[in-house]
Amino acid sequence: MTTSAIRRGARCLAAVLAMVPLVASADWNQLNLTRGVTPYSEEVYQLHMLMLWVCVITGIGVFGVIFYSIIKFRKSKGAVAAQWHENTLVEFLWTAVPAVILVVTAIPATKALVMMEDVARSDMTIKVTGYQWRWRYDYVNEGVFLYSGLARTSDVARQLNSGIDPKTVDNYLLEVDRELVVPVGRKIRFLTTASDVIHAWWVPALGWKRDAIPGYINESWALIKEPGVYRGQCAELCGKDHGFMPIVVRALPEAEYKAWLEKAKAEQAPKTADAGPASGVSVATAQ
Amino acid sequence: MSEAAAHHDAHHEHHATGMMRWLTTTNHKDIGTMYLIFSLVMFFIGGAMAMIIRLELFQPGLQFVNPQFYNSMVTMHALVMIFGAVMPAWTGFANWLVPLMIGAPDMALPRLNNWSFWILPFAFTLLLGTLFMPGGAPAGGWTMYPPLVLQTGEAFPFLIFAVHFMGASSIAGAINIIATVFNMRAPGMTLMKLPLFVWTWIITAFLLIASMPVLAGAVTMLLTDKFFGTSFFSAAGGGDPVMFQHIFWFFGHPEVYILILPAFGIASAIIPTFARKPLFGYSSMVYAAAAIAFLSFIVWAHHMFTVGMPLAGELFFMYATVLIAVPTGVKVFNWVATMWQGSMTFETPMLFAIGFVILFTIGGFSGLMLGVTPVDFQYHDTYFVVAHFHYVLVTGAIYALIAGTYFWLPKMTGHMYDEKLGKLHFWVSTISVNVLFFPQHFLGLAGMPRRIPDYAVQFADWNMVSSIGGLVFGVSQLLFVIAIVKCIRGGEKASAQVWEGAHGLEWTLPSPAPYHTFSEPPPAASIEGGMR
Repeated sequence: MTTSAIRRGARCLAAVLAMVPLVASADWNQLNLTRGVTPYSEEVYQLHMLMLWVCVITGIGVFGVIFYSIIKFRKSKGAVAAQWHENTLVEFLWTAVPAVILVVTAIPATKALVMMEDVARSDMTIKVTGYQWRWRYDYVNEGVFLYSGLARTSDVARQLNSGIDPKTVDNYLLEVDRELVVPVGRKIRFLTTASDVIHAWWVPALGWKRDAIPGYINESWALIKEPGVYRGQCAELCGKDHGFMPIVVRALPEAEYKAWLEKAKAEQAPKTADAGPASGVSVATAQ
Repeated sequence: MSEAAAHHDAHHEHHATGMMRWLTTTNHKDIGTMYLIFSLVMFFIGGAMAMIIRLELFQPGLQFVNPQFYNSMVTMHALVMIFGAVMPAWTGFANWLVPLMIGAPDMALPRLNNWSFWILPFAFTLLLGTLFMPGGAPAGGWTMYPPLVLQTGEAFPFLIFAVHFMGASSIAGAINIIATVFNMRAPGMTLMKLPLFVWTWIITAFLLIASMPVLAGAVTMLLTDKFFGTSFFSAAGGGDPVMFQHIFWFFGHPEVYILILPAFGIASAIIPTFARKPLFGYSSMVYAAAAIAFLSFIVWAHHMFTVGMPLAGELFFMYATVLIAVPTGVKVFNWVATMWQGSMTFETPMLFAIGFVILFTIGGFSGLMLGVTPVDFQYHDTYFVVAHFHYVLVTGAIYALIAGTYFWLPKMTGHMYDEKLGKLHFWVSTISVNVLFFPQHFLGLAGMPRRIPDYAVQFADWNMVSSIGGLVFGVSQLLFVIAIVKCIRGGEKASAQVWEGAHGLEWTLPSPAPYHTFSEPPPAASIEGGMR
């Protein structure tokens, strides 16, 4: 190895090492998929890691052989080219082995998908409607609904050349004016639809996203295991403010959720009385 | 072909000169050159849009453009790169190389050839003109999903007709290539002796003919929905917005193989040349390409797993999608086996070809992960997808195009390119393109949606890294232009064979290839078969 080659190698190494603190300082959550807080999200995380390892191991094998060939079989080192160009056994193996691996990975994938699509026996239903550019949440059979849009603080800061540093805004672009409040430990069925263009409702911690399509009502479900605040965003391009319609889900213990629901019912009652009997809340509740 | 025959050909170059030569030419080399130059110009226009995108995403907050214009950039970048840069570049290579590789004097339909090129400048004038219209350029994404796309302003009909023109151009090009390969092969050039670039292009041409009219139908329905009161895709009128997505992706998935199959052909030409060893598994390469093309028609819905399909549909499209990994794996393994026990040198085309194999494979891996439906519910419409398709399109299709350019440029110009400059281009591009796209995997997994002009602050670090990579990658492509211009203007004289390990009919011609070639078919003895 010549000195110039060593120098070049050292420079490359230095460049790679310079990246390490950046990767190391980054939170693991900023590098990998979230494990989430629902039974389904855990399945998805495991499946993601399985596929990732299949790819990493295959990659190490394939790229290893390429780099070995690059080092070993170079003309400058006097390598003489062989002239073979077929080998039935090898070709059979590298067709069959990947096929078998794929069949094996398809089994947990199928199980996870079946679980995802099983919306039966849910405890409650929330209807999610996408608008340009906010969400409406209807607590079906409870007579409560709310609109949820980008929080004022973020909205001011996100204007072109606002002069406000986003880092000084709490939960910049991930804060709403009214949160979706749900109980923990109950199977919630989500119905998604939209009133104008297609949106997609996505909270990574729940483990899925679902398109909200005008004229369609899509079904999904979540059972949140831990109380907390989970944030997400619209995930389908829906016009100029697509980047500015966040989702915030606050999962509360059952009792606190009940209290919140009663309060929400009481708050909405007078408003709906004004709006007349055509609204979603029954007159009895309004009295 | 002997020097004497080439000299004889040179006396028959009575074509128009100046601008009229290029407007009226029916010569496959002239038309190929026009396609390639057009594509390079579009590559830089689309690249400039990407620079605007990365500049705005350099840090959180909006600093440079408003969200509507940002969406226009995202939309136009995709349309320009797909329909303006990559597809015309492949047709340009096909024009130059298919007749030379099969020993034909020209394309089968030379006037159609002229026409199919000259549609393109008009198509892109329509499309790029929308940037200056009230309401701005289309901003609903290149996928043109209704109802959003119907909110486009005055640009809307221009978008639709531009897409129609692009489609007509590529269908005409595809017909020409099929007619040429099936009718004009030199005696002795049997189908299973064709170079793989020709094989992959025939398969691509069939994909084009099958899928482009579907796109034309989809956008025509958009047009009538907007202006003639139909409701194909409007739920309020009894139509179905999801149907558009099914039709669009029935075109769109074959389209991604239209963009990548010729790249497989180019890698299969370059790697054996610089490994000085026959291509491993020639026939399995042909069958794998055909298998990929067939599968490309039955996997479209993996682009839309989140629309809420029945379980059976989701399962079918998941199984069919991951199945593509098998023939794609065969191709990658064949290239690796070609290198094994070769005698390799690493001129610029080989560097880009090896870069293609490794980086395209990384894109293939993320593609496999995306194909697994339950996990796709997380990945879908995030930067993970953006990273995936840029690995397969930039370090896949574009890398193969660059490799092919360095590989055949000496045959086209008669001069060697500047090897030092080429290698510099490779190393700067390869480092920066990974700094650009690899962190986007992290961003997607961490939860950053795609097509947003501004983002939450936890995504700031990797966006800044990605933008730095992007700006370096963008600027480094100027090295490519300098290398091409230098090579056209002069340089070391190229021999007929150009590369020590080169085999195939195009390398039996003098460099530069004369204006008319193979007026007489080449002797059967010079046809060696595509595995060389």
